[in-house]
Amino acid sequence: MTDTSHPAPVIEAAGLRRRYGPADERGFDALHGLDLTVRRGELFALLGTNGAGKTSAMELLEGLAAPTAGRVRVLGLDPYRERAALRPRIGIMLQEGGFPGDLTVAETVRSWAGLTSGARPVDEALDPVGLRHRRDARVKQLSGGERRRLDLAVALLGRPEVVFLDEPGSGLDPEARAAVRQLVRGLRERGTTVLLTTHHLQEAEELADRLAIMHHGRIVTGGTVAEVIAGHPARITFELPERRGPYGTLGLPALDGAEVTAEGRRITVRTSALQTVLTALLGWAARHGITLAGLDARSASLEEAFLAVAAGPADAADAADAVWSGGVPATAVRPPIGDSR
Amino acid sequence: MTTVQAPDTTPATTGTTTTGRLLALGRAEATLLLRNRTALLTALGLPVLLVAGVREVLRQQASTTPGLDLNAALVTGVTGIVLLFVVYYNLTAAYVARRGELVLKRLRTGEARDLEILAGTALPSVLLALVQCAALGVAGAALLDLPVPVNPLLALAGLGLSVVLLTGLAALSSAYTRTVESAGITTLPVLMTAQFGSGLMFPLEVMPDQLAGLCRALPTTPAFLLLRIGWFGTGGSAPATGFAGSWGAGAPQLGLAVCWAAAVWWAARHRFRWEPRR
Repeated sequence: MTDTSHPAPVIEAAGLRRRYGPADERGFDALHGLDLTVRRGELFALLGTNGAGKTSAMELLEGLAAPTAGRVRVLGLDPYRERAALRPRIGIMLQEGGFPGDLTVAETVRSWAGLTSGARPVDEALDPVGLRHRRDARVKQLSGGERRRLDLAVALLGRPEVVFLDEPGSGLDPEARAAVRQLVRGLRERGTTVLLTTHHLQEAEELADRLAIMHHGRIVTGGTVAEVIAGHPARITFELPERRGPYGTLGLPALDGAEVTAEGRRITVRTSALQTVLTALLGWAARHGITLAGLDARSASLEEAFLAVAAGPADAADAADAVWSGGVPATAVRPPIGDSR
Repeated sequence: MTTVQAPDTTPATTGTTTTGRLLALGRAEATLLLRNRTALLTALGLPVLLVAGVREVLRQQASTTPGLDLNAALVTGVTGIVLLFVVYYNLTAAYVARRGELVLKRLRTGEARDLEILAGTALPSVLLALVQCAALGVAGAALLDLPVPVNPLLALAGLGLSVVLLTGLAALSSAYTRTVESAGITTLPVLMTAQFGSGLMFPLEVMPDQLAGLCRALPTTPAFLLLRIGWFGTGGSAPATGFAGSWGAGAPQLGLAVCWAAAVWWAARHRFRWEPRR
């Protein structure tokens, strides 16, 4: 039974490090100090650029490898050392494959049923992922999307309390992706704790209670979607008319709390007070009869936050600063600012 | 994808057992073996082809080694070679194939323990080899007038230890094998030394003393010798002993075989690779 009144952490990681290869410069640090907490019944999304360390982190949380340093607990158990005790309670979907091509779909599920406590019957497992009609097809004959769905069916075979999904939507067409999304949403509604990785921002934005964005082996920012976005400014972009005639001496109005950069006549305004700044800007434009070409105003989105993280330096110690400053290039030219009234 | 239901979180009521997990793994692997014609033909056709070839080699040895029982050497030699190819070679390729398909890694996300995954995958090959060994024994008794085993316990211990040892060697060899195709090369050292150095093709008696001593120290020699001592009461041309006497000849081999099996599995456990190199 799931006790949602008690939000004890189901997945906990502290100071996780993972190093491949020898200790000298030939080795490679995939994770440098990862901290993560996922509460019961929560759907947590781990985002990140390619090579950010998502899969490396997942493998440690799943107990497939031991961390070089740090501590991991899943349902209070060490997933590596207490793998046998943990396995009956969790379901895992790896980033790719893992089923022999020469077995049929039904044979694959049946053999996994023999390895899974409380496994559901084959057809009942295949129904939710829409693979029942493919039960007698060999795995090697399945499309990439069908294989992904088989993988998901196997991960959910034993009605696990905690589910790890590494890129569940990869290789799926939009329809299948939507169905998988609905399936994952259904898991959360039933109280299953889900940790998934994705680089589909929309997927994370729609599904996740909380998320974290990884870059170069570290979590750079995390929280609810709103919290992650909150650190990022809204953005207004437009193009000023040419500076001649009546506009020759015109400058932009004072926009309190906004950061203005210009690239030629193209202006970008970043602000955490979108409505106020936009009102001021539009009022100024109206008073002077200026047309702001290509005007675009948008609230901060997860994409913005993600791109800011992705643009961060490889040295992750500085990454957080770069994110919060909005990644403004140092060479940006400031246009003349001042109310010309 | 019409009906979309998620499973509820009712705790599982029916757990899995080691036996159940081994059977599930073994059944899947057996299905794969039956669908892999090359592997199946090798496993089934080889012993038949070997009997004729090995008999010729052994006949030459027997003509110069008084006391050597040609038929006894033939049956134990072919048994050893069957075990080598069906268990060791076949399984090395199977481990490499499953690793390449990420099957082993995926299996480790489930409830099966590491050792169960290796043993379950080995199950069909081992069973097939044992059936063939039994058939050889029956055929030997019926057609070649071979005697009833002098010490069945020792013979079975030899057979069992051979299987355990060769499974461990397969796991170890797979760590040094990148593709199924290259398994043909990486398994050659073990296949060759075992066939020529462990008394299967050439009885150790016909070798110079120093070479024979070296061959007795090979990993596969004690287990194969044990099988022979258990069956015929002698490991070569020495006079056959009875049930009681066979313990004297068999005990050192038994100890050595256990040590080798333990050593090989220790190495396999540390060297085995569960997923392809990145």
